[in-house]
Amino acid sequence: MSQVTLIIDGKPITVEEGTYLYDAMRELGIEVPAPCRYPFLAPRPVCRLCVCEIYEGEGPSKIVTSCNYPVKNGMVVHTDSQIAKEARKTALINLIQRCAPNRTLAELSLDMDISHPEWGHEHCTCIFCKLCIRACDELVGAHALSFQKMGKDDTTPIKLDAEKCIMCGACAFVCPTEHIKMEDDCDRALSHRDLRLGPNAAITLSFRQAVPNVPRIHAEDCIHFAIGGCEVCSEVCPKECIHYDDQDKIEEFDVGAVIVASGFNDFDPSVMKQYGYGKLPNVVTALEFEKMNNAAGPTGGKIVMENGREPRSIAILHCVGSRDQNHHKYCSRVCCMYSLKFAHLVKEKTDAEVYQFYIDMRAAGKGYEEFYQRILDEGANIIRGKGAEIVGCSRDRCKEGNLLVRCEDTLIGKFREVPVDMVILSTALEARKDAKELAHTLNISTGADGWFIEAHPKLGPVSTTTDGIFLAGVCQGPKDIPDTVAQGGAAAAQAMKLMNSGEVLLDAAYAVIEDSLCSGCRICNGLCPYSAITYDENTKISHVNAAMCKACGTCVAACPSAAISARHFTDDQIYAQLEAILS
Amino acid sequence: MSNTFEPKILGILCNWCSYTGADLAGTARLKYPPNVMSVRVMCSGRVDPGFVLDAFRHGADGVLVCGCHPGDCHYVEGNYKVMRRIPLTHRLLEGMGIDPKRLRLEWVSASEGVKFQQVITEFTEQIRALGPIQLKEVAFAPDEHGGNGHVTDKKLAGEEV
Repeated sequence: MSQVTLIIDGKPITVEEGTYLYDAMRELGIEVPAPCRYPFLAPRPVCRLCVCEIYEGEGPSKIVTSCNYPVKNGMVVHTDSQIAKEARKTALINLIQRCAPNRTLAELSLDMDISHPEWGHEHCTCIFCKLCIRACDELVGAHALSFQKMGKDDTTPIKLDAEKCIMCGACAFVCPTEHIKMEDDCDRALSHRDLRLGPNAAITLSFRQAVPNVPRIHAEDCIHFAIGGCEVCSEVCPKECIHYDDQDKIEEFDVGAVIVASGFNDFDPSVMKQYGYGKLPNVVTALEFEKMNNAAGPTGGKIVMENGREPRSIAILHCVGSRDQNHHKYCSRVCCMYSLKFAHLVKEKTDAEVYQFYIDMRAAGKGYEEFYQRILDEGANIIRGKGAEIVGCSRDRCKEGNLLVRCEDTLIGKFREVPVDMVILSTALEARKDAKELAHTLNISTGADGWFIEAHPKLGPVSTTTDGIFLAGVCQGPKDIPDTVAQGGAAAAQAMKLMNSGEVLLDAAYAVIEDSLCSGCRICNGLCPYSAITYDENTKISHVNAAMCKACGTCVAACPSAAISARHFTDDQIYAQLEAILS
Repeated sequence: MSNTFEPKILGILCNWCSYTGADLAGTARLKYPPNVMSVRVMCSGRVDPGFVLDAFRHGADGVLVCGCHPGDCHYVEGNYKVMRRIPLTHRLLEGMGIDPKRLRLEWVSASEGVKFQQVITEFTEQIRALGPIQLKEVAFAPDEHGGNGHVTDKKLAGEEV
């Protein structure tokens, strides 16, 4: 496309041919009011506030609406000349005369020294720019809005077809004078965040440190996926990253080793009715409290109750779901230490009292016992006894808190009730719900608690019974971050060892067919799950590919001619063992 | 105690699930009767009915075959093979006059140390109740064909059924 050079307010600019004058002005940083313009709709001058004075070639100047006037070579533009200003003022007065007072026009009239605007209508703030109708038709595609005849007492010329409206709020979003507002049944204003569909409700970042840190479109909240319109995001994206037809894909990779680091699920404490999680206010899980403490989290790192106030006292209940005959018998290992960390954070950020309810304080690890001592020195209240129950309590009963934690203090042998404002449940780590499924896919096994089983607890703590599959982290059993990192490093090293050697060491055990005994019956061919046995049409006997054979011995047991022997597990060896055992 | 019958039981365990499960029972120091002595095979699919017959010929009072749970086989489907062979072996035993209850197939996974303990205890008690195996002395022809000298070319007969 050819380039066009023009001069705007004395400044030269070169833009592509076909650019609208308004856009060229914006490139130079010159702004004129244009309330009836919306960047994703073709310009249609209604308000005429964007008028400028232009000189084209010979002849007198012209007044044009810059929003829809294409630039021409050698054009000279004055946005601030007396004539342009007058024309703009006239246009504004025209607008004012047909609508009711509104902020947009009032601000503009102040800018243009109209001291006493004479509003022409009592109720209707519509300036008839038609942006809402065009947005609904052209962008969204819902066709829910149209103009209607308006009497003197009507409040709007816009007619809404409630059946076609999808409540996306696009009309309110584009309306320059806030004539269209989104309200709920109780006349409360709705923001776009409140709407199910909407211009900015459907694309979000999962959270601030998400990896990969890219926005996602939530199809169920998106106008485009609801009725096929909008596509504004793809228009604004300079890198053309938005593909509406993208689908979830299953990708296949050829890999030399697999490290399973599938992690854990957080125990859902709502099954422990005595703690009232999900029913009582300000009873939160450890992970929720952790999120609250995050500087990038919902409260900006402040520790607050549901009513926004700082708690005066916080109880931390250890072993919620762990070390519990009714739930998980194992110790989740990390809770004691993070509960102590919470105590520290609470003391650091607030003036609240902290009560820890524990069964046993398990501070085994480098520097852990010292940390426990430090928390004690900081003045946390440590009560030995599992939290038995949390109840809400009325204001007159306990002034110090809204919740009452009941427990038996096993050190003094007494029943105690501690009023607090907030309770943190240190929930158990539990195996992922899909661990069994994954184990089946990878041909590894899970223990009774659902954690993956390592090849050997001491000699093979990161490998599994399947070659080339390694375990790292909590998927193998509860562990803290240092242990997880250590195991991850070990798993990576094991995988690297496999890959770097460039060759695969085979087990010495595999099946061998004695050619002279094989009758070529081919029974073994179909039995091999690894297709390691092939039949040779020329010699009429079967052969075992030693590299593919995994030495299960199924074929050995099935061979009617006893032609196959399993190395290291030959018939003779096993019969000898039987004889030795039973003699 | 001396007059109590202590059965001799042969356990044939697959390497990946049952042998590991037995190992777990051991490392967890679970107590079970010492009557079962184990032979390790890579897969329960390796179990040849000949092993079972040979065990009975050598005076085993019971044979316990353990493999991975169906669907969990380390070799994909080896345990399905033994699942089909054992009922056939039961019929074979019956034909030979040996109580089929003396041969049992169980699934024990690598994490089921406790189940291994239970199976061993239960099976030992069952065999104890059945009493010692009664095999008839059968004269058999000397090995003429240079065979491997095992059940395939020797005769085995019980008188229980």
